[in-house]
Amino acid sequence: MSDVQSPSDDVQRFLARLAQRNAGRGPEPTWITARRQAGAARFEAMGFPHRRVENWKYTDVRAISRGDFAFSDDASFSPATAAALTLPIEAHRITFVDGVFSAALSQLDELPAGVSLLPLSQALDENHEAVGGPLGRLTGVEFSPFAALNTACMEEGAVLRLAPGTLVDKPIIVQFLSRANDAPVMSHPRILVEAGARSQATVIEHHVGEPEAANFTNLVEEIILERGAILTHYKLQEAPLADLHVASIHVEQGRDSRFTSFNLNLGGGLVRNDLITELNGQGAEATFNGLFYGQGRQHVDNHTLANHNAPHTTSNENYKGILDDRAHGVFNGKVVVKRDSQKIEGYQSNANLLLSDRAEIDAKPELEIYADDVKCSHGTTTGQLDEEAVFALRTRGIDTQTARGLLTLAFAGEVLEQVGLDAIAERVERAVAGKLPERFNLTGLVETAAALDEMAGE
Amino acid sequence: MASEEMEQLVRREYKEGFVTDIESDTVPPGLDENTIAFISKKKGEPEWMLEWRLKAYHQWLKMTPPSWAHLDYPPIDYQAISYYSAPKRDEDRPQSLDEVDPKLLETYEKLGIPLHERAALAGVAVDAVFDSVSVTTTFREKLGEAGVIFCSMSEAIRDYPELVKQYLGSVVPQGDNYFAALNSAVFTDGSFVFVPEGVTCPMELSTYFRINERNTGQFERTLIVCESRAQVSYLEGCTAPQRDENQLHAAVVELVALEDAYIKYSTVQNWYPGDEDGKGGIYNFVTKRGDCRGDRSRISWTQVETGSAITWKYPSCVLRGKHSIGEFYSVAVTNGRQQADTGTKMIHIGEGTRSTIVSKGISAGRADQSYRGLVKIGPRAKNARNFTQCDSLLIGDQCGAHTFPYQEIGNSTATVEHEATTSKIGEDQLFYCQSRGISEEDAVSMIVNGFCKDVFQELPMEFAVEAEALLNVTLEGAVG
Repeated sequence: MSDVQSPSDDVQRFLARLAQRNAGRGPEPTWITARRQAGAARFEAMGFPHRRVENWKYTDVRAISRGDFAFSDDASFSPATAAALTLPIEAHRITFVDGVFSAALSQLDELPAGVSLLPLSQALDENHEAVGGPLGRLTGVEFSPFAALNTACMEEGAVLRLAPGTLVDKPIIVQFLSRANDAPVMSHPRILVEAGARSQATVIEHHVGEPEAANFTNLVEEIILERGAILTHYKLQEAPLADLHVASIHVEQGRDSRFTSFNLNLGGGLVRNDLITELNGQGAEATFNGLFYGQGRQHVDNHTLANHNAPHTTSNENYKGILDDRAHGVFNGKVVVKRDSQKIEGYQSNANLLLSDRAEIDAKPELEIYADDVKCSHGTTTGQLDEEAVFALRTRGIDTQTARGLLTLAFAGEVLEQVGLDAIAERVERAVAGKLPERFNLTGLVETAAALDEMAGE
Repeated sequence: MASEEMEQLVRREYKEGFVTDIESDTVPPGLDENTIAFISKKKGEPEWMLEWRLKAYHQWLKMTPPSWAHLDYPPIDYQAISYYSAPKRDEDRPQSLDEVDPKLLETYEKLGIPLHERAALAGVAVDAVFDSVSVTTTFREKLGEAGVIFCSMSEAIRDYPELVKQYLGSVVPQGDNYFAALNSAVFTDGSFVFVPEGVTCPMELSTYFRINERNTGQFERTLIVCESRAQVSYLEGCTAPQRDENQLHAAVVELVALEDAYIKYSTVQNWYPGDEDGKGGIYNFVTKRGDCRGDRSRISWTQVETGSAITWKYPSCVLRGKHSIGEFYSVAVTNGRQQADTGTKMIHIGEGTRSTIVSKGISAGRADQSYRGLVKIGPRAKNARNFTQCDSLLIGDQCGAHTFPYQEIGNSTATVEHEATTSKIGEDQLFYCQSRGISEEDAVSMIVNGFCKDVFQELPMEFAVEAEALLNVTLEGAVG
């Protein structure tokens, strides 16, 4: 793409793709058509965000806006590769290849009573009105140009419904596979989770793909937690390094509900995550845990927002970032306490480690408080490892570099020790150890760990 | 709790609200090239200064007012402001205090700042800015002996054009931001301080600003230059009489510290905050920036912000020299319907640069206050160090306190820490004091003063006393 293109050309290119796609579409419920039009109009009006927009100050989306991405209808994927990429966890699974539902790679036959997990297309076919109500209620077209584009283009996704009181035995994996295509493709998936009162589940959103893939995923996820519902949400981002990823997760929490998020970001070339929770009922509690590791020229942008709309609500956030090479990390955490939302606790912590002089981190932890009976704090640090800790390890005969490697790993470990699923914690820890620069001399350690695992497996 | 008493105290009128009636020759409201030419001519400025102003004006025309701040105010009509007013007898300005217009002295008396007493007792040189033109400057001779230049900006342009040309706009360029551009075009006066190599300024320098003429914006321009190994401590304080129209104040302060120089800049700001509905207060849009140009130089900003309806102010340090130090200590108090969006920027460019930010915000009544700060560590700033602490105290359930700290870190050897808390005065703290027979009001005052202690101890003595008193006055009755 040449530089002479104007931003509106970029928008028009995406809209042309959409128009072409719409022409080939069968009849749809009128509300969907209307929303597509509203989304397209809003997207056209806003255009792609640029860095003068506060929310996108540190993230340049030209890698996306200047690209030309086709829609895909092809869900084929090498079963062997898929098997290797799939998380080795006993789970219910719904799989999408470049956003297209793959029945072959999904595992939906053992769903317990009270749990409904469907691809969006099927959910719409069965009862489109039941989907139309909650879909788009939390994330409207106004949220961002990408949300508008998603609304205009959405076709597929996952709809998870939990009946009141349901406890899901196994985790539910929503898997997104990115395939190495001749030409890059885009997908605009939706995830809708409706957790009934007192239901409890673990959802793992897993992004992974073939190493050469270079596709654009524009995900919008909405999660509604009714009174007393408990949901643990993992987002494990292991997408190929050329993948472009923009996603928003919008959560609505009723009274006494609990939402725990683990945002573990290892892959993707350009990743932008928006995580928002609306604490609407008393006693609602949200915990955001995050870990991001960037290397090469990766760009990882995490925006989080906790809206305390009701009194007696709690949010707790802990994000850690490690950046190497020329990676660029962004952390923007925000806690908003509405007027009259008294007795609030909101804590935020962000720590970052830079392993290279060319890596960059931009952090902005914000507090916006309109009530006085609150306990809110945030802390953010960027710096090096504790020299005393390095010294302590050296007195045990460990050389400086290995000591630094181990401490860096321990830094990530502070987030990972909160992870309830051992398989994920170990996988991420191993991945981080493997990604650490060679100077840290951890290769031997990683190999030993792998060998030990194999022995245990035999 | 004692709500009647609180009501009473909240309604207490602004103590320093009065208007001194001095005839001024004021240009009609409005801003165009003619206005700027008028100001420039009136001040007897050389041609290059007029060109400099016009350049700023043309840049300003292309700019739009910033909208990112967490502030809510009606758009300002820049054509409704009169850009120049000066006490009438321009030619025969008083040479000593005895010649000063008694009305002016009266004004100072009312403010509790007896100029001569102050000058004599405290040994402080005062460059009193009264309606845009310096009326009197004291102790110039004593400073002259040390080689320190301390005069009004207009005099500096006339007497030291080379110095002004060299440094003016070198820290805050004409087109830096909307308000700085406006100031560059229409500034009427301000202070100029030059401390030559190796000189430690023998006394603390101080300027009192007052806005006095109806409907005139105050556009001050201050420039302080410290050459190698020079040191100066500068005090700025302001109070303003009561008004109905909103008054615009867009000052620019530039500090330049060369090698091993140290500039300490302290401010106590108490512009009129408006009545209980927020009507009539001062709009304070200030650009303050210090440039640590030389190695091991140090610039320290200390501010106590209690006034103004709107405060938009970010005293910053550009840490260019190796091992230079930037400091920012701030107490901001907002009550009634005051709004403040204030903070600092620390730009680390040189190796081994260090910065400290301590910001204490107190929000009461229906006020809104934001801390907005940037810490930027450039790729060449090896071993740069920053520590930031910003705490907010909320008094009452109708106020807001917000924190927007930006960190941009591009160097792996940097250590940057930020911590912030928001809370209200603890019931247990209050109870503890009250159980010792301390009244609620006194207890709150004590707790608040303790909360601000880290900053107050950075202030020069005279200011610290004043600041504490000011804080008590501002918060009186806010407790409920």
